[in-house]
Parts: sequence; structure tokens; C-alpha cells
Amino acid sequence: MKSFVNVNPKSLDEAVAVLDRARAQGKKAALAGGGSDLLGMLKDHLVQPDLVVNLKSISGLEGVHREGERVRIGALTTLDEIARHPLLVERYAALAQAAGLAASPQIRNVGTLGGNVNQRPWCHYFRQGFPCFKNGGKMCYAVAGENQFHALFGGGPAFIVHPSDTAPALVALEAEFKVMGPSGAKIIPAEKYFILPREDVLRENVLGENEILAEVILPAAPSGLRSTYLKIRDRQAWDHAIVSIGAALEWEGGRCRKARLVLGGVAPIPWRVPNAERLLEGKSLGEALARQVAEAALAGAQPLAKNGYKVPLAKATVRRAVLSLLPAA
Amino acid sequence: MGFETTRRDFIRNTGWGIASAAAVSGLDIHGPLLRAEPIEVPSVAPTSRIRLTVNQRPYALGVEDRWTLAEVLRDHLGLTGTKVACDRGECGACTVLLEGRAVYACSYLAVWADGKEVLTVEGLAQGEQLDPLQEAFIEHDGPQCGFCTSGQLMAARALLNQVPEPTPPQVREGLAGNLCRCSNYNRYVEAVLAAAGKEGRHGK
Ligand SMILES: Cc1cc2nc3c(=O)[nH]c(=O)nc-3n(C[C@@H](O)[C@@H](O)[C@H](O)COP(=O)(O)OP(=O)(O)OC[C@H]3O[C@@H](n4cnc5c(N)ncnc54)[C@H](O)[C@@H]3O)c2cc1C
Ligand code: FES
Ligand code: FES
Repeated sequence: MKSFVNVNPKSLDEAVAVLDRARAQGKKAALAGGGSDLLGMLKDHLVQPDLVVNLKSISGLEGVHREGERVRIGALTTLDEIARHPLLVERYAALAQAAGLAASPQIRNVGTLGGNVNQRPWCHYFRQGFPCFKNGGKMCYAVAGENQFHALFGGGPAFIVHPSDTAPALVALEAEFKVMGPSGAKIIPAEKYFILPREDVLRENVLGENEILAEVILPAAPSGLRSTYLKIRDRQAWDHAIVSIGAALEWEGGRCRKARLVLGGVAPIPWRVPNAERLLEGKSLGEALARQVAEAALAGAQPLAKNGYKVPLAKATVRRAVLSLLPAA
Repeated sequence: MGFETTRRDFIRNTGWGIASAAAVSGLDIHGPLLRAEPIEVPSVAPTSRIRLTVNQRPYALGVEDRWTLAEVLRDHLGLTGTKVACDRGECGACTVLLEGRAVYACSYLAVWADGKEVLTVEGLAQGEQLDPLQEAFIEHDGPQCGFCTSGQLMAARALLNQVPEPTPPQVREGLAGNLCRCSNYNRYVEAVLAAAGKEGRHGK
């Protein structure tokens, strides 16, 4: 790893000031939550910052807090805490399940929510330092290469998939992200946070160089809300999703009042499927409708040469997820 | 440094890690090392002074900001029981307990552990008395080549501290972050269950 200075800011404002100053001086700074993603990037020289800003030194950025009917989760809260937190397990199951299915116990002990949604892509070309779009180059090696794990939707010019398990769950639960920058805090809906490569191929989200994700806010969980996160992977630990789904359905009198279905592992951002959601709304759910929903969710998929298998896999995942959310009789 | 210089010579000659030097000269590393004065770091790379408690012994150290906890434990404190295989958070060989929780020491900077408590495999036994997990690992032939073993032990220790009487699925989940290239997973799971049973009876 190239050498760098580790900075331990005591507050968010101080951290933002460090980023701002670094930028003004033409220095590169990298934020560190738990560092489980960042350290690999540093060791492989994919980022070579002059400063590493250790967010763990800021107190008050972790924990799950109730605020009226809403829930605020500090960006430094670990995945392990989220996976076990009784309030989240009960009311926001999709998020707790997603956190619990990420990586391995050791990574969940240090890995933070902020780091999870901001982790960089895990495309093997990118991680191995190929001069691809994501590394500042001029091509996506997956297009004609090994693209088993790449995008079905929203690809181009890069075909990465968004790697975060918590992100599809957060979009399904209509979370909001509180971002701190030099001019204070702003709130961004989770769905608007992530951006496609065609918007900016070097980034996966709207976060600016001198901004920090401070908090994730979950809205009140209406009565009748049921949610889940299903993840399909090659092995039961360490693997990112081949396909996944964050699903949140609201029920009223046996009918679905509102549906949010967000696929993971299939696109460069958490991929909402509004056509499939609309099929559910106002209906009571059975096997036949679940199949239609799954078909609608994958309509328009554009597989590459080697990832076509993801289409039936994702359909089955959608079907299973919505059926698992049937309201208690 | 010429090509023929070994890593150990390099470490000794540059005055890094008293531990390595002590090991070479046959000193008991648990003797003079303990209350080591801050190491002066003869380097241009940015450094920090940190305090670590490792296996209940306090250390004050000078470390490069970029050093991982695994590097400091192994290369500078001589605690080579912690292994490094992948160095990327993908195998678990480097598992240690940080404030009681299992973490990958290869993927955590030593500066971030300032003021914290670390337990490595060297700290499991109490003198000659092995940890029940170590005994069970021996009885059940857990280690084959043994390279993953200290990581498996530490992951298992963290699990039993949290869940003293785990079910088999809980043990498998607790060890899910530790690869064994000899593929002796079933024995490890058996051993952890056996140790948990014994600890339960003896009220450890
Ligand atoms: C072997 C392995 C397997 C993995 N498997 C999975 C998996 O199955 N599912 C999954 O979701 N992830 C997986 N991961 C990624 C894992 O790193 C994340 O799950 C973890 O949550 C990252 O959190 P962190 O705090 O350690 O991130 P860090 O490494 O600290 O940060 C990650 C990125 O986010 C940025 N960042 C961190 N915090 C903030 C913040 N508050 N505001 C703005 N930017 C920030 C950092 O600058 C960095 O670029 C895996 C990683 C490894 C090494
Ligand atoms: S050496 Fe740390 S996880 Fe493999
Ligand atoms: S005993 Fe050889 S790797 Fe596990």
C-alpha cells in the first residue's frame, strides 16, 4: 500500500473541513468506515489517497435511534448491529436481513452501513486493475469478456452491478440518506442517491468529493407493511448477490395497497421494477399473479453473452419473495 | 537492501519490531517486549503513536499509518500465530478479537485499533492450561495443515463468548468467515460443539 496520513476527525464538520481542504490543496482523500472495502482498494492501488479520513473517530455517528415513528441509523452502525436490532428485525425486516446476509461475520462486525452503500463495484476487471471505464480507462472488458456476474439492465458504458446488499432493501423501504457537505446537510431519497454509469462512469452515486453520508432515515412503517430481502449467491458466505431482491408490500384487507420491488445484482444501481409493482397493487396475491409479477420484473432484460442464467434465477427470486410476504391470514 | 537480505535481517537492521530482533537473539518475547517504549520509526512514511492492549499486555507503539493490525501483530510484536493468507478479507486466517469481536486483522489498520483491546491465538491458553476450544480442536483432529487453525479458533472463541451453547447451524454460521483449504470443516464444527458442551458443564 502507498503511504498516507490517517486523520481522526472528532466531528462531522471537522471531517467535511478536512475533505474540503484536501480538495483545495489538490490532495486526494478517502473516507474510511470499517475499511473492509477500502483496504483492498488501497492494497491493489485502485485508490491512492494522501489522506485517509477515519470516520470511526467521530462519536455519535453510530446506532439505531427511534425518532417518533421514524428510525435514524448512523452511517457508522455496523452491519452486525443492524442485522440483530430488534426494531429493524421486526419492522424493517428487508434491511436487517440484507445486512445479515452480507459478506461474513468478521466483515459484518466492522463493515458499516455507510460503507456498504458506498462500496465500490466488485467487477473482477475493475478490482484487478484493468484500465476499464471505472478505473478511468476507455472500455468495459466485461462486454466481450467474462460477464457472468454483470448487468442485465442499465448497463453501458460500464456493465457493473451495484454490489451492496443493503441498498436494494433501503430503496424498497423508501429510506432517505442524510448527506453532510460544506454547506450543511441535505436529504436525498435512497432511490435518487445511486446513478447509472451513463450519468457518470466514475461514480456509483451522487456523493460529492467533499460530502459524507451521515445517516440513513427510515420512514414510519405503516401497519400492514411486510418486507424481505432474498439473496442468491454461489456459496453461503462472502459472496455478493448474483441476484437479490428487496421487497416491501403493504397490505390492507387481504389486498396489496402498495408494492416496492427492487432488484440487486442485475444493474449498476438498485433496480426498481415499477411495472411489476403496479401488477400487485390493489390485488390479492396467489401463485399465478406472483408469476406474472416475476415476468414483468424481468421484461426488457438485456443479457450479455454469459449472464442469461440470471433471468430465470431473478424471476424465481421475485416470485419467492412476493409469495413470502403474503399477509397473515 | 540487497536481494540476498532476508526479511528478518531487514527488520532487524532497520530497528523495526523489537519482537523480531528478540526472537532472533533467543530472548523471551514476552519478557522485555512488554512495556516496550514507543518505537522510533525511521521512515518518511506517515506514522502515529498508538496504545494497544494485546493479550492483556499493554503496548505503546509507533506505527506507519498504513500498517494493518495483522502486520503489527506479526512483524512488529512477533505474534505470528495470527496468519495472513489472502490479505483481502477473504479467508479468515488472520481473525483476531478486537474488543471481543472477531475481525480480519489483515483488513483493519493498526492506527484504528488505538486504545483498543486485542486477543490473538497466543492469548487463548492460560499458562499451560489450553482453552477448551484448543483442547477440543486437538481431540477432534481439527487442524490438518493447520494454517487456518488460529483463525478458526478465534472465530469460534468470539462465537462462544456471544452464544455459549450454539446449535450446529449457529456454529457453521459463526465459522462461515473462515476457509479451510484442507476442508476439515466438519471436524471444526464438531470440536466447537464439544467445547461448548464442556464449557457449559464447567461453567467457564
Ligand atoms: C470478501 C468480501 C466479501 C464481501 N461480501 C459482501 C456482500 O456479500 N455483500 C455486501 O453488501 N458487501 C460485501 N462486501 C463489501 C463490504 O466491504 C461491505 O459489505 C461493508 O459493509 C463495507 O463497509 P465498511 O464500513 O467496511 O466500508 P469501507 O471500506 O470503510 O468503505 C467503503 C467505501 O465507502 C466509502 N465510505 C465509507 N463510509 C462512508 C460514508 N459514511 N460516507 C461516504 N462514503 C463512505 C469509502 O470511502 C469506501 O470507498 C464484501 C467485502 C469483502 C472484502
Ligand atoms: S488473511 Fe485476512 S482474511 Fe485472509
Ligand atoms: S487445516 Fe489446512 S487449511 Fe485448514
